[in-house]
Amino acid sequence: MSESKLRRVDLIFGEYSSAKYKVLEETLKRSNEDILVDLRESNLRGRGGAGFPTGTKWKLAADAPGKEKYVICNADEGEPGTFKDREILTRVPRKVLSGMAICGRVIGAKKGIIYLRGEYKFLLPELNREIEQYNDFMAKLGFEFPIEIKLGSGAYICGEESALFESLEGYRGEPRNKPPYPTTHGYMGKPTVINNVETFVNVVMIMRLGPIQFKLLGTSDSRGSKVFSVSGDTPIPGIYELELGMPLDRFVEEFGDGDTKAVQVGGASGFCVPRKKFTETVIGFEGVPTGGSMMLFNSSRSMYNVLHNYLVFFEEESCGQCTPCRVGCQQLRKGILAVKKGDKNSHYLDQLIKLAESMKITAKCGLGQSVGNSFSSIVQNFREEMIY
Amino acid sequence: MSNKVTLTIDGIQVTVNEGTTILDAARKLNIHIPTLCYHEDLCVAGNCRVCVVEQENSRALPPSCAMPVSEGMVIHTNSGKVRVARKHIVELLLSEHNADCTKCYKNGNCELQSLASQMLTGDHMFLDLVPEKKYSIDMFNSALIKDDSRCIRCQRCVRTCEELQSVSALGVAYRGNHMKISTFFEHPLFEVVCTNCGQCVNRCPTGALIERNYVDPVWDAIYDPKKHVVVQTAPAVRIALGEALGMPPGMIVTGKMVTALKRLGFDAVLDTDFSADLTIIEEGHELLDRLKRTLVDKDPEVALPMATSCSPGWVKFLEHTFPELLPNLSTCKSPQQMFGALTKTYYAKKKKLDPKNVVSVSIMPCTAKKFEADRPEMRSSGYKDVDYVLTTRELAIMITQAGLEFDKLPDDHFDSIMGTSTGAAVIFGSTGGVMEAALRTVYEVVTGREIPFEHLNIMPVRGTEGEVREASVKISKTKPEFRFLEGVELKCVVANGLAYAKQVMQNVKDGKANYHFIEIMACPGGCLGGGGQPIPTNKEIRTKRKEAIYREDMGMPLRKSHDNPEVQEIYQEFLIKPLGHKSHELLHTHYTPRKRY
Repeated sequence: MSESKLRRVDLIFGEYSSAKYKVLEETLKRSNEDILVDLRESNLRGRGGAGFPTGTKWKLAADAPGKEKYVICNADEGEPGTFKDREILTRVPRKVLSGMAICGRVIGAKKGIIYLRGEYKFLLPELNREIEQYNDFMAKLGFEFPIEIKLGSGAYICGEESALFESLEGYRGEPRNKPPYPTTHGYMGKPTVINNVETFVNVVMIMRLGPIQFKLLGTSDSRGSKVFSVSGDTPIPGIYELELGMPLDRFVEEFGDGDTKAVQVGGASGFCVPRKKFTETVIGFEGVPTGGSMMLFNSSRSMYNVLHNYLVFFEEESCGQCTPCRVGCQQLRKGILAVKKGDKNSHYLDQLIKLAESMKITAKCGLGQSVGNSFSSIVQNFREEMIY
Repeated sequence: MSNKVTLTIDGIQVTVNEGTTILDAARKLNIHIPTLCYHEDLCVAGNCRVCVVEQENSRALPPSCAMPVSEGMVIHTNSGKVRVARKHIVELLLSEHNADCTKCYKNGNCELQSLASQMLTGDHMFLDLVPEKKYSIDMFNSALIKDDSRCIRCQRCVRTCEELQSVSALGVAYRGNHMKISTFFEHPLFEVVCTNCGQCVNRCPTGALIERNYVDPVWDAIYDPKKHVVVQTAPAVRIALGEALGMPPGMIVTGKMVTALKRLGFDAVLDTDFSADLTIIEEGHELLDRLKRTLVDKDPEVALPMATSCSPGWVKFLEHTFPELLPNLSTCKSPQQMFGALTKTYYAKKKKLDPKNVVSVSIMPCTAKKFEADRPEMRSSGYKDVDYVLTTRELAIMITQAGLEFDKLPDDHFDSIMGTSTGAAVIFGSTGGVMEAALRTVYEVVTGREIPFEHLNIMPVRGTEGEVREASVKISKTKPEFRFLEGVELKCVVANGLAYAKQVMQNVKDGKANYHFIEIMACPGGCLGGGGQPIPTNKEIRTKRKEAIYREDMGMPLRKSHDNPEVQEIYQEFLIKPLGHKSHELLHTHYTPRKRY
């Protein structure tokens, strides 16, 4: 075992207080303004992948008019190669509930909902027990913020926030037009903060450590740590909490099997980084952002197969509502197949890249907009593998 | 007062109200951004993405139909980026679409087709996905055909069915590449709650939802020397037909339409307005009968309020949605079916024709009428009372096929018998019209005096879109035989669009309403906005058609149904009296409770 070069962090999973809900109790003694100042000062950005500044999101929801507001924890974790939220909910559910309760207080919400991925149903008994304890604690504290769990049914698209609201409301999971945004028109059309599981935990840690200490981790654009789901051709797959802003070459050095030819950062909707770009690539919002998924591929893998696999996934998981995503995904998959089979010549790949670029700027939601990420990065970097 | 927002579109500054979309702001500047899923009557979906525009300092291209303007926004509607993206989108739609245009009913009147030709998509950029799709066609319905291979999934039909009609027969099924517009458990349309109103057909940008057309069988009948082909034309056809033949909306083309029909070769060109007048007599007396049996005889079996039954979409809606309220529906057949039943009895007898050689055709603004004509109960003449129902659009097709230059045709008059009508019948074509026509007659039957409204225009019952209109008429100084109505305030309600019908009937069901008489038309604006009317139909066009209808009414020498001499004659010679034995046999019907899915 060589010595680790990457800094391991133990913010998310670590013990942080002796007494249960100590941080929550302490935080609730502070004013909303105070909490928001710390949150914005910390530069925390959402951990779901898009990286919207959490403090700003909360502030917008807090300022939104209306008495009925909601806090929603997005635990739909559908991105291929991502499995860190499951781990967080298993190991530190209390931190998640605390983060939601703090948010509830700050924005003036009366209710919190965890939208749990359907496949994570097995987490329910334990989570419900935890919620019961949480409720008892809140009752003692005299602060009412009930949290309930609602299960998804396995649609990737329902991890998109507005599709998630539709699903929660009992409708077909289809993304909505934005604007208006969730902070003013979210669940049930009411002001809503929706954050990733990990984001809520980060909030609790910022409350505990203070923004200054939180900011010691990471880079100026990407503060704090991140829980990574490492999979693929690696001898040590699993969940790792690492500092944000790390260079990819060091990551590969540590997690690769010595023959890594590409890393897919951010799952199927993320970017594929080829070996020649490992040194110049930083994992973080200033470089290649990720919701946590890091998939390593060694030279035995066909990047054509990897891409085809992703496109089959998108083709089926698109809600089908908007043209660029519904038809675009089909064209991209069938298009690379046609090139592979020789039905279309290699120039057709350039047409497909243009199409993927159009999808990025015209699709209705993040799903359709990000198909082009993996498509273009794989086709551009592994063009020969697409053709021969 | 709403706040104003100033933005720049294609280099031109424009100031609009806050909340305006980029699309509407551009239209103010006479810049027409192409759209597909957008429709004035419906909520914004923003799913076709054809209307994307470039917004400076924004990475993505926002859809102009869904994006509200903001101060200082700089928009380019035709930049290089937009053109490439837009062409991609139309190409993608085409790749999933059965673009066999020459075999399509909507050839020449298809929004996707015109967009494709505008964008010069001839070079077929992408793979044809159609061969691999297992598209299906639902052609088991007498009124509508749903061809999934022509569908572009814009969901206009879904929104129409849900928002305007609260029927929701159509919905979205499956996901991604399998996503389609479908029905409850993918049953064929005739097995679900579909009312055949055809509002979806009217809004479908392509040929995915069309009416079942009977143009060829009608030509066959016309050319069959043994057949005597009678055609009747509904009130709302004559104020909209011109639109389908290149004329502006709101033109009254009654005379040209009659000339055209005669030149097409119909043996007799008659008027549904005649049977609309007849409907008023029957329905008016039925209302009075129900009132008498309730107020005088205290008969608990009598259902009040009584609802009109002219609109077959509405009738089927009630059968599905409130089957327990079917006794409230007037037993009168619609004017089309009254006309059909009389064509093969009274008319055939007067003209000395064998009814088996009489073919009865109707021109309707409606697709539900096709279903109505196929109902098993609509054979009281011993034959199928109405053989073929054509929409306004189908008639336009026949006129075009015959090479008639419609706008240059001279005017002609309807044939006789069953060709005379009054203004009361004309207004059947608009929401509130049946109510107004009925009140003009009922009031006079009860009191012996004309209803006291200036020029007989009963403005309070003239319905408008997007509302339920309530009104009441106080009855006083009745004739002796109607003393039971002395001082009674006749409470009426008028609604158009099934979403509003649902509200009214829910109130009736919950006992929250104490109406006597309800008029419901299934389509927005009434028949003038019917599912069989020319495409496009939108609020502006419906308003023009409505004005034309009331203009036509004002111009008629006779304005009250009971003044119609042919109606008087048929009672003398054939029917004897309203609600009489013959009437019951030929002019009244019964209804069928149906399932709710």
